[in-house]
Amino acid sequence: MTQSTATITTRAQSLAQFRNIVQWVAGIAILAVTAFWLISALVDNPVRFFNSAIAGLQNGTLYALIALGYTLVYGIIELINFAHGDLFMLGTLFAGLMITSVFGVVVSGANVFGWVAFFIALVGCMAFCASINVTIEFLAYRRLRRAPRLAPLITAVGMSFILQGIGLVWNGSTQKSDWSSVLPAGAFNFGGVKIEYMWLVIIAVTAPLLLLMSWIVTKTKTGKAMRATAQDQDAARLMGINVNRIISFTFALGGALAGAAGLMYQQTIGTTRYDLGFQLGLVAFTSAVLGGIGNLTGAVLGGLLIGLIQGLNDGVGLGQQWSQSFVFTILILLMVFKPTGLLGHASGEKV
Amino acid sequence: MTVTDVAKVSPPSPRRSLLSRIKPEQRWPLALLAVAVVIFLFYYVDVYVEGAVAPQFHDFMSRWLSLKTINLCMVWVMLAVGLNIVVGYAGLLDLGFVAFWAIGGYTAGWIMSGFFYQTKVTFFTSNFVRTQDQPGIHMNFWLVLIVAALVCAFFGILIGAPTLRLRSDYLALVTLGFGEIIPQVFRNGDKANLGFNISNGTQGINPVDSIRFVGFDANGTPTIKDLGPFDDLPRFGIFVFLAAVVIFISLRLREGKLGRAWLAIREDELAASAMGVPLMRTKLAAYGMGAVAGGIGGAAFATHIAAVLPDRFKFDISITLLAMVVLGGMGNVWGVALGAFVLSWFNDTGLPRGGDQFNSTFGTNINFPAYGFFIFGSVLVLMMLFRREGFLPEARTRLVLREPERTEAESLGAELEEQAPELEALPGDELAGPGGSAEVHRS
Repeated sequence: MTQSTATITTRAQSLAQFRNIVQWVAGIAILAVTAFWLISALVDNPVRFFNSAIAGLQNGTLYALIALGYTLVYGIIELINFAHGDLFMLGTLFAGLMITSVFGVVVSGANVFGWVAFFIALVGCMAFCASINVTIEFLAYRRLRRAPRLAPLITAVGMSFILQGIGLVWNGSTQKSDWSSVLPAGAFNFGGVKIEYMWLVIIAVTAPLLLLMSWIVTKTKTGKAMRATAQDQDAARLMGINVNRIISFTFALGGALAGAAGLMYQQTIGTTRYDLGFQLGLVAFTSAVLGGIGNLTGAVLGGLLIGLIQGLNDGVGLGQQWSQSFVFTILILLMVFKPTGLLGHASGEKV
Repeated sequence: MTVTDVAKVSPPSPRRSLLSRIKPEQRWPLALLAVAVVIFLFYYVDVYVEGAVAPQFHDFMSRWLSLKTINLCMVWVMLAVGLNIVVGYAGLLDLGFVAFWAIGGYTAGWIMSGFFYQTKVTFFTSNFVRTQDQPGIHMNFWLVLIVAALVCAFFGILIGAPTLRLRSDYLALVTLGFGEIIPQVFRNGDKANLGFNISNGTQGINPVDSIRFVGFDANGTPTIKDLGPFDDLPRFGIFVFLAAVVIFISLRLREGKLGRAWLAIREDELAASAMGVPLMRTKLAAYGMGAVAGGIGGAAFATHIAAVLPDRFKFDISITLLAMVVLGGMGNVWGVALGAFVLSWFNDTGLPRGGDQFNSTFGTNINFPAYGFFIFGSVLVLMMLFRREGFLPEARTRLVLREPERTEAESLGAELEEQAPELEALPGDELAGPGGSAEVHRS
């Protein structure tokens, strides 16, 4: 009896050991292949390499903004908010409408009026997406907080579909690309490596937003309440925290970031369609997982990394038609081998 | 059509009539059979007997319930019943089921067409191929079904394997990832992108062989022939048979040891494993069996449109399938089959035709099919909010889905004072349809 138990234990142990070894070998192999690919691409055509990297980082900035929305919501109620990407899509539509129809900007290019329009639209988009996100939470997710995990997940998928439907009815099924941009065109040129002015604008808008977010979460009383709610909702309630309001606030925060990302996507990339949010949302979610879901710094880091990887893949790797597969492969490998993400262990706190 | 006939059969009448003597578990199969026979006879008479059906009625039927639509709905039924094994039985949320549709379809495309033009293999295939001496691999349709089912089972296990250790939401994402990757591989799978050709890329595989089966000649006499694009009636017979087989298999599985293990895992994974249910094997079996149904459906669909086109395999198919499973009642095979039929009919005919009707009646110009996303999303959300167990629930599913997870009940931030009424309302369903009809339909 004891002997058989002992053999079972050793077998289980050796199996676990074997699995560990396999994981290590697989991880190192993947890293080695990636490093080889990167170095060969760099040596082969450095200008193209850096251009792809910069294009990727540009997307990555937006991914970071969207990923923050995922990670905030996941951190606080452990729900993958599938509708978040589609919220971002609605943000792009709203941004385009605001810039083009409300402010009547028809000629692309920067001027004073354009800048005013841009910042009003930024605030407008953030408020728009935040209010939609709060409404979704209020109408659907709030009622399902005690339900089995499957129910809110399916609801989130349904919400994503509803938002896509709204986008489809709102804007039709074609790519919308005739909306004008108020951002300056052109680029710095460092020996063929181009850094667009637009990207600098994105950084200039995103960085303060991220700092503001981080300030709200770490320094303010509301932020403290958010962290408390994420840790233990009952204890938070006992401490006099209005949990429902804090969760709504978290959704508002995530929605506002998605709205900002929507405006900037619309202004830089220029095209949008009803199904844009689904694809981009998944990429952004991958970023959140890569960084360690629930971890704010991780989401930003993951967004930049995924953007970089995707940019390199599109530019010097397998090509754009494999872009999605590439990102999803990363997602699956991560989920299987390191579900905690890059920074998941490093910081214990969520949100 | 289906709904009304079923309703006639189902409620037990107070007299000891013939209907009341049918055992409860036989009602649904008999109803399916009766409806199928009625549709078959109607269309047989409609097509082959001159002037037997009044032209208005013929127009009405071909407009609202054409055979092509019914056949398509049958494909959806097979797939939804397959997804039900994964989601409804085993409780593993699969958001990438379209992958199996694609794999089943492409398997049929590979071994039932001239795709592999380098070789020439035929096996009891259509007369056309044999007489014309076509290149490529041409298998008999029934053999193709088996091969597609096996290939899909293999991929189902392959996809399922990495997800075994994951929690439910991560699992959903991994399946979603596969559901995106596999169609993209098929979409890009030509020589330019991959270096070798596995799927003709965006062109798809076209044409796929016709089925050689009992058909009808111009006078309506049964003969063995290649089923052409207009032979929907024999194809209807085949598809109903396949759907029935899929339903039968999944019903029998549910009663067996494996089915009970699935339900146990769905309800409490930890407790199930403590009771000696082998989690890994059981979950993989769920993926495999679900994929088998997906493969059969995919191969059937390939013969339905006589082609395999990569544009079709999008994420919204997975979600539509999920909506079918949820609408019908997770875990209840007949509910899921009915839900799949109704939703796919709605998607294919009800929404566009009904929209045309609405527009012409009220002189509006609304693009109704564009609201499809919106409607399917609303179905999911509203069902989850108000009737989580579906319209034809299983008693067991209802209990599980109504019950909050006790370990997490406190930590998920609900209002604790709301807890009492809902827990008390557990056995009696205040949300059930009129007359508690849900109880009667339970199989």
